Parts: sequence; C-alpha cells; structure tokens
Amino acid sequence: MIHVKFFASVRERIGVGEIFLAVPEGGVTVAEVLALAEGEAGVPLQDAHLLAAVNLQHVSFAGVVQDGDEVAFFPPVTGG
Amino acid sequence: MIIKVQQEDFEPMAEMAAYPVDAIAGAGGSVTFIGTVRDYSEAADILAMEIEHYPGMTERELERISAEAARHYDIIDSLIIHRYGHLAPQDNIVMVAVWSRHRAAAFDACRFLMDVLKTSAPFWKKEVTPAGVRWVTDCPGCRAGSREGHTHAPYSHTHS
Repeated sequence: MIHVKFFASVRERIGVGEIFLAVPEGGVTVAEVLALAEGEAGVPLQDAHLLAAVNLQHVSFAGVVQDGDEVAFFPPVTGG
Repeated sequence: MIIKVQQEDFEPMAEMAAYPVDAIAGAGGSVTFIGTVRDYSEAADILAMEIEHYPGMTERELERISAEAARHYDIIDSLIIHRYGHLAPQDNIVMVAVWSRHRAAAFDACRFLMDVLKTSAPFWKKEVTPAGVRWVTDCPGCRAGSREGHTHAPYSHTHS
C-alpha cells in the first residue's frame, strides 16, 4: 500500500486528508498515483495546480513510487 | 542550525539571546528577518490568517535549505522559526536569523533562506476576509488562471 496525503485546497477539493492505495509490483509514477487517487476519490484533479512529494521530498510527476511510500499532492506553497 | 515549526508566538529578541553561544562563536554580527501578517491583500481586508503545513516535510525542507545556505555562504549558523495555525494581523509568522563573521554573507544568506522558503517549504496561507475565506496564490501564472505550463522554481509545476 502507499499512503497518499492531500493538503490545503487539494485536501478541501478531495474532501479527505489521506487515502491508502494498492499499487502494482514494480512501482508506478507519481502521475499514475494521481490518476489512481482521482479514481478512488471520484474527484478530477488534472486541471488543478499541483506539486507532489514522495517520502517528504519534492519530486516531479515522472518520479517513481514504490510500495510503502508516502506520496503527497498540494498546491504551490505560500509560506513566509 | 535550529529549526522550529510551531503554533505559538515567538519573541525575536529572546530567541536571539537564547541561541546557543557555542554555535555562534566567532560571529561578527547577525541579520534577522521577521515576517508578520499584513492586514490587507490585493482583494480585501484581512481579518485573520490560517496557515496549514505538512508536518515532517516542513521541518525536513527547512533543514535542507539551511544546509544549502551553509554550503553557499560564509556563515556560522542560522535559525528559522515558522508558525502555523490561526494568526491575526501584525502577528509574527516567520523569523530567519543568520550569524556570520562579516555582514555581507549574513545579509545574502538571510535573503536566500526567505526566498527559497517561500517556494519550497510546504506551508499554505488562507486569508479570512469580510467576504469569506480564500487560499493565497503567490504564483502570477496561477493567479492569472494560466493553463500554460510554467515553473515554480525550483520545482516544475504543470498546467495541463
């Protein structure tokens, strides 16, 4: 399983802060995780302004996700 | 390097005074930036600010950029404090302090840390205004509703 977390406007849009997904052996890309999460939540996110992280580090959507990883999707950050 | 991500307020001078003496031995000065909540935005008066963060990743990103500042600039040490939760206008949000032998490195590293923090540390601001709440959008491309791909340096950000 992978642990998928959503933050800020993305969390509000999805309606939950986290979901768990089963992923195929050999891993999937971050973009594929997003597609799986959209299916699970029933909410389209392709048009949202999104950044992604895997195991607490910024990654591109081409990054690879393995079983046991934590993946997060969130809007561009606005701290400071 | 000290990183604090906290809900409670902080007192900048007390934080400076309490900094471990051994960590800043040899310093000839320090530069401090303190960010506070504005009471206006381009859209409306701001009654309050809600700051959300990603626990774990936030601390890790702040440690990463502090280490990067230490590699790029001739500094002795740095402190970052960033708050989350419910804040009122004029409340402290963030503090960055940098100690160095000579002033130029402290000024440069302090600015670097604030600039990089704003594009990489996972915090999100939500403004509470008389008309309701709205998430803050810093990116000009996003704010304009652009569907064109553009980059949130240093991380790519796709508009499909």
